[in-house]
Amino acid sequence: MKEFALIFRLKDITDFKPSPEQMQERMNWLGSIAAQNKLVDKGNTLLPVPGSAKTVKPDNVVTDGPYTEIKEFISGYIVVKAETIDEAVEMAQENPIFKIGGNIEVREVMKRD
Amino acid sequence: MGNKQLHKELLPHLFRQEYAKMTAVLCRHFGLKHIEIAEDIASDTFLKASENWAINGVPDHPTAWLYTVAKNKTKDYFKHISVFETKIKDVLKPKELEKEKDFEFSNQNIADSQLAMIFAVCNPANSTESQIALALKVLCGFSVEEIANAFLSKTETIKKRLLRARNNLCNDNFKIKSLSETEIKSRSDTVLRTLYLLFNEGYFSKTNNQLIRKELCSEAVRLTLILTENPLTNTPQTNALLALMCFQSSRLEARTNDKGETILFDEQDKNLWDKSLIEKGNYYLVNACTGNDISKFHLEAGIAYWHTTPVDKNKWQHILQLYNQLIQIEYSPVIALNRTFAFAKVYGCEKAIIEAEKLNLTESNYYHKLLGYLYAELVIDKAIDHYEQAIQLTKSKTEKQTIKREIEQLKAKGNMQ
Repeated sequence: MKEFALIFRLKDITDFKPSPEQMQERMNWLGSIAAQNKLVDKGNTLLPVPGSAKTVKPDNVVTDGPYTEIKEFISGYIVVKAETIDEAVEMAQENPIFKIGGNIEVREVMKRD
Repeated sequence: MGNKQLHKELLPHLFRQEYAKMTAVLCRHFGLKHIEIAEDIASDTFLKASENWAINGVPDHPTAWLYTVAKNKTKDYFKHISVFETKIKDVLKPKELEKEKDFEFSNQNIADSQLAMIFAVCNPANSTESQIALALKVLCGFSVEEIANAFLSKTETIKKRLLRARNNLCNDNFKIKSLSETEIKSRSDTVLRTLYLLFNEGYFSKTNNQLIRKELCSEAVRLTLILTENPLTNTPQTNALLALMCFQSSRLEARTNDKGETILFDEQDKNLWDKSLIEKGNYYLVNACTGNDISKFHLEAGIAYWHTTPVDKNKWQHILQLYNQLIQIEYSPVIALNRTFAFAKVYGCEKAIIEAEKLNLTESNYYHKLLGYLYAELVIDKAIDHYEQAIQLTKSKTEKQTIKREIEQLKAKGNMQ
């Protein structure tokens, strides 16, 4: 089994706080992966709000908020295990994030010893 | 009292209750290394009681009588030892056995000793099944035969298991005398887990003997209660575990019929649920909700709470969300399957089939039983097929019968269509 990080991105900061229904859907998705014993790390949610997010750049430049040059921000990540990257992609495809215009980046984890 | 017949009924009961306490106090007095001496003295005491009470009748204060005898036997033992050590083997350093001036079977000493004993027995050096066997023997006063019955094992197997467990206990550096805060903290997870498994051993027992099952459950509750009596062990986790045990126990009567067959949750006679235990469960669950830690016991107690709540339109959604959290803390096939059942209750069988088939637990009879249940309303042939695989995989006779009945009902339904 390989491990893959699923990195969640959202476009609109107002989508960050989910409704109870959205929360249930997310939890069902996470529960479903855990029920297949494929959850390696349930990861964390990364707060994008002022005071909780800064971006540090060269020459002592520090800006407020997440890295926004690409007009979207990372809202969190988890790590799953799967035989192939296609299987990890299939898992990602079931996530409700697409309903609110988000996307998921799937990246194989290279383990350092 | 003085009734000569009474001793036959009273003694086994007292034995269960007092043997464990006596062993704990004596063990604390002698040190863990000499657990066998403690057990021997406790057994001898009850032997003497059974002989003496048969002739003279039960004394007015049977417990006090037992403790006096145990104390005298302990004194005799030390007298014997000191004669042996001074006169016979005085070359050898007679240490190890620390002799203390005196000890009392006071309530405080009994409570402290029992708590310390629970922590000593739940030794991570032992396998969980050994811990449970040892707990039943030393903490609950079960005989080797009774333990063998509960595990459906041979008495020889249990004896060996106990021997190994005792040896590990003797080699342990655990100080039973003064249970320190660090020791309590480092071992309390193991303790709670063992008590949880002890309870489950009764609740999901391999044996059909209802009496044994109930005793295992109530012993687990009794030991967990001891933990709530000490401020150091009266943690939110302990309370959550106790709440779980109370909720589950409240349904013990309702979940099997007189043939010992399991009655499914939906078909249980809710009038048989023990309301006072449900209330106790609520009480401990409230106690458990101090602090920020959510343990698996909290989640399981939460699920059990919703199960005992008769109607709430969001009941199964709550249960599903608790299962979603539980499965992230600890994966097990049973939790995965139960989660899928809750999913079916919320989103219907069709969607749940997709979830269930992802689990791919094809070697598990419960997996096929669940799929049989989910397919029953949709594709009868598939349902029957899964039920038949479940029968192949299950070892329990009553379980096979229960599933066979399901198949017959499905076939009858299929013929009508």
